[in-house]
Amino acid sequence: MFAFWVLAPVMVLAALGILVVRKAVHAALLLAVVMVSLAILYAVQDAPFLFAVQIIVYTGAILMLFLFVLMLVGVDAADSVVETIRAQRLMATVVGLALGLLLVVGVSQVTIGTVVGLEAQNRSGNIEGLAALLFSKYILAFEATSALLITAAIGAMVLAHRERLTPKVTQADLVAQRMRDYADHGKHLGPLPSPGVYARHNAVDTPALLPDGTPAETSVSRILVARGSVRSAPTLADDVEVVTAQLSTDGEIRPGAPGEQAAPAEGEDA
Amino acid sequence: MDATPFLALSAILFTIGSVGVLTRRNAIVVFMCVELMLNASNLALVTFSRVHGNLEGQVAAFFVMVVAAAEVVVGLAIIMTIFRTRRSASVDDASLLKY
Repeated sequence: MFAFWVLAPVMVLAALGILVVRKAVHAALLLAVVMVSLAILYAVQDAPFLFAVQIIVYTGAILMLFLFVLMLVGVDAADSVVETIRAQRLMATVVGLALGLLLVVGVSQVTIGTVVGLEAQNRSGNIEGLAALLFSKYILAFEATSALLITAAIGAMVLAHRERLTPKVTQADLVAQRMRDYADHGKHLGPLPSPGVYARHNAVDTPALLPDGTPAETSVSRILVARGSVRSAPTLADDVEVVTAQLSTDGEIRPGAPGEQAAPAEGEDA
Repeated sequence: MDATPFLALSAILFTIGSVGVLTRRNAIVVFMCVELMLNASNLALVTFSRVHGNLEGQVAAFFVMVVAAAEVVVGLAIIMTIFRTRRSASVDDASLLKY
């Protein structure tokens, strides 16, 4: 019972968190908390097989599937707060509270009787007991689930399949397209500039500097630009003088230290 | 070990899941809330299995898990198909049949 009183508040808080968090990834993580806690509650209640299945199937497979689809659909697909039906959120909360109250009061009013417990059933092993039931009394349902799983797998394949509507673009087509762009719009023919010509920062989120000191837009991935995680090149150069001063003290020991190469870039920037 | 707190927790989780289905807009989060409701009912099944002293409740919970796995696979495939055509995972955007 100790496990229950520790886990129950955690589970309820995590479940309430699913209702309020803005990002779907956070909701998935909170759902993982609820599911792992549920698995422990199964173990507490003499269901070791369901404990393992809950962790493997729910937290392992189903939540991974959720996260996988989230990555495909776009992690930043946040919920809109605009209500299609007026006052729907309020009404849903009121109805939900009423339902919860009804269920909890109903459950607490019912006399359940003495808890028999599963010691007798689990004496020869919980998995053996489940298998004996599954392969005798519930054999038909068990076979039906195999049909269901196959149907679901084929259904998912059919739904996720996409016919190619346009012919595949070959490398020759790409070259011809580039040449045409150059001829028509004068678009640069060569490769894009690489990011971060600063000697101190060659990370992909640092734009290259043009000779006049302005950052080259095309040197950083446009996905990073869309996410807004591109670093500003001039601010990175601000502490160059400090670093050169530091390096000049031990510059005799380490000639060609990175700070010295960064200094000309700073000079152009100013 | 009393059974009523487990059943009450199951009821609370089920309620939270249903409120989530009603209020959230993102189809994937709505789906997660459905999973939460299924899990809550599983907790009730396992609890009743212990109350009655036989394993049939656990077998039922096992079947619920199997069906939930199949449902998630197809549901997520549908969400992905809708996203591919409409560029949105919001449940409000897929409303063409309303008109």
